[in-house]
Amino acid sequence: MKAPHSNTRLRRTALAVATGLALSVSLAACSAADGGGAETGTADDIAAALQEETTLTVWAWAPAVEDIATAFEKKYPKITVDVVNAGTGNDQYIKLQNAIKAKSGAPDVAQIEYYALPQFALSDALVDLSDFGMDSLEDQYTASTWGSVNLDGGVYALPQDSGPMAMFYNKAVFDQYGLTVPTTWDEYIATAEQLHAANPNAYITNDTGDAGFATSMIWQAGGQPFTTTDSTDVALNLQDEGSKKFADTWNQLIENDLIAPTASWSDEWYRGLGDGTIATLNIGAWMPGNLESGVPEAAGNWRVAPLPVYEAGDTASAENGGGGDAVLAQSKNKLAAAGFVEFMNSGEGTQISIDAGGFPSTVADLESDEFLGYESEYFGGQKINEVLVQSASDVVEGWSYLPFQVYSNSIFSDTVGQSYANKSDLNGGLTDWQKAIAAYGNEQGFTVTE
Amino acid sequence: MSTTDQTQTTAEKAKAPRMSRYTSEKKAGKSNQGLHTKKSIILTIVMGALLIYSLLPLFWLFVNSTKTQAELLNSFGLWFSGDFALWDNIVATLTYNDGVFVRWFGNTVLYVVVGAGGATFLAALGGYGLAKFNFPGKKAVFAVVLGAVAIPGTALAVPTFLMFSQMGLTNTPWAVILPSLISPFGLYLIWTYAMDAVPTEVLEAARMDGSGEFRTFFTISLKLLAPGLVTVLLFTLVATWNNYFLPLIMLSEPTWYPLTVGLKQWNMQAQTVGGDVIYNLVITGSLLTIVPIVVAFLFLQRYWQSGLAAGSVKA
Repeated sequence: MKAPHSNTRLRRTALAVATGLALSVSLAACSAADGGGAETGTADDIAAALQEETTLTVWAWAPAVEDIATAFEKKYPKITVDVVNAGTGNDQYIKLQNAIKAKSGAPDVAQIEYYALPQFALSDALVDLSDFGMDSLEDQYTASTWGSVNLDGGVYALPQDSGPMAMFYNKAVFDQYGLTVPTTWDEYIATAEQLHAANPNAYITNDTGDAGFATSMIWQAGGQPFTTTDSTDVALNLQDEGSKKFADTWNQLIENDLIAPTASWSDEWYRGLGDGTIATLNIGAWMPGNLESGVPEAAGNWRVAPLPVYEAGDTASAENGGGGDAVLAQSKNKLAAAGFVEFMNSGEGTQISIDAGGFPSTVADLESDEFLGYESEYFGGQKINEVLVQSASDVVEGWSYLPFQVYSNSIFSDTVGQSYANKSDLNGGLTDWQKAIAAYGNEQGFTVTE
Repeated sequence: MSTTDQTQTTAEKAKAPRMSRYTSEKKAGKSNQGLHTKKSIILTIVMGALLIYSLLPLFWLFVNSTKTQAELLNSFGLWFSGDFALWDNIVATLTYNDGVFVRWFGNTVLYVVVGAGGATFLAALGGYGLAKFNFPGKKAVFAVVLGAVAIPGTALAVPTFLMFSQMGLTNTPWAVILPSLISPFGLYLIWTYAMDAVPTEVLEAARMDGSGEFRTFFTISLKLLAPGLVTVLLFTLVATWNNYFLPLIMLSEPTWYPLTVGLKQWNMQAQTVGGDVIYNLVITGSLLTIVPIVVAFLFLQRYWQSGLAAGSVKA
């Protein structure tokens, strides 16, 4: 579960058209009446609803959801849960946005990544779960994931997985070239130079311009480029201190050809992770499962270390990817749907998700001895969760995404991506991105200030 | 990637017949004398380069569909490596996830047969009617059709979705089939083609003999239009077979997906926490997906070259 990439210009254009059209109406229609069913309820109401014959439709692409649904049906035999993989990430958001606009066809529950949540929450497409008493669950989750679902005074999803960032590195490569594990970004750049000098085919990492990564890195650097107040007033500053700090650091890698020009999640990328030509990844804590399934031949080579920081001795991290599950305002079974979301992300479902490779957002699971003490065979017996859980508590506070982040991320390649392609100053690309975001936001009826 | 390349190459190929039809008409007289073969080194090199450009993605697709998932990521992309796993891959592709690939294949065939076949038929009816009958408002129809050619299907997908949603058609096969039935370009092609290919004298002769308009259309005109119909059929066939955005928008239930959207879903598994990375099946599935299109081209190719109408025009 991460920010997927727009592979081609065609897809981006298509997405732009789709979300553009859909968003414009959804804002206008935000006062539209909801479907039937109770709009509020207590825990008792939910418990009662779960004893009635109901069919719930759930849109999710995380493989664990099927198993969670099976467990749920076993516990509540009168409920049928129809899990539909309507697409991964963007593909599903297009469908969801269209169904919301058409006022029919949306599921009862949908998986939505944190970066996309404000778009749906602030346009009133989602149920405020505090109407069902779920604001009381706050203490169960890490501060950063709760912050991601707690928007504009409401709770619009329950967090499922999370992605506190860490640096995954290929120890075999580090050993081969006598490199030491960097703890600051300055050391990271020095290590990149050493590695690339020793083996011109090898790079410290890959990056072709990925909005999900860049925003997470700005988050870590303390930037707050996107601020939304009253749902519609958006303030942009992609040249604030944190944004500049990230850009100035990353510039040194890009301008000196120290980053592999390989798109993440491509077959080439998996190949680089396997053969050692991509030596590190700064990415969310959900990565171990993907390494195990995608790069089985590198078993034993990889280790995990804290994300490098700007000042030695500092601790700072950010969330990268991850998401939660929301109840749609269109749902006619809100009580049962809320019950399912609670089961999935606060009840028995969390363990099923963890078993399937998800990195949890629930404090109890993160701090359990079993979780912390887990020795990953793939990581050469390292207790990887110690590093990853520490990162979860080091996440910098105060970050928020745009209420039209999905579209904004889709045009990242057209603007910041150009800086990557031309090996020029990222600050220029970020400024262009900001202009494009502002223009789009204003078109969509937001009041955007730069 | 490879499917996109395939789209381009097949689209290129699809353009060829239309051009060759016109040129073959002109050359028809000369062809008896035999073609002069004048060799040009530069043209040969250019053609060779284009050939490699067109075939390289197909070659890559074939080579990599013979590799296991592990070998795929650890070997040179343009040559064979490791065990020859093509059959294993095909079996795995057809059986993965309870054989959902076969279901997607069937869906695609359904959308193509009904959608592309219907679009060709409607284009033939409309184009012929516009070419051979005069009626008030013909110019307006002409303007609308030409305008419709200029609008990309992608731009219409979301409005169509909203309309279909009101009608309760989304998430059903009709949501993909109905928009596929409309091919303004095909209509335009048949229209211009019918003006030359179906001589008005023939129609008048048929009317004199007491043949009704529909009978004339089905027994005489349709045969004369055959090369044009094949061209339109190939266009709509490729368009429907490769259709991605429309089904992506319209369908949320994977059981109704066509191959394009289904393969994308498999591909995205590599980006999902706990997802099964199955690039080998995505590649093998892509190879299987293009086989019918390649066969269709090879099979229908002779119809364009037959020059059927060229002879009848002169008769």
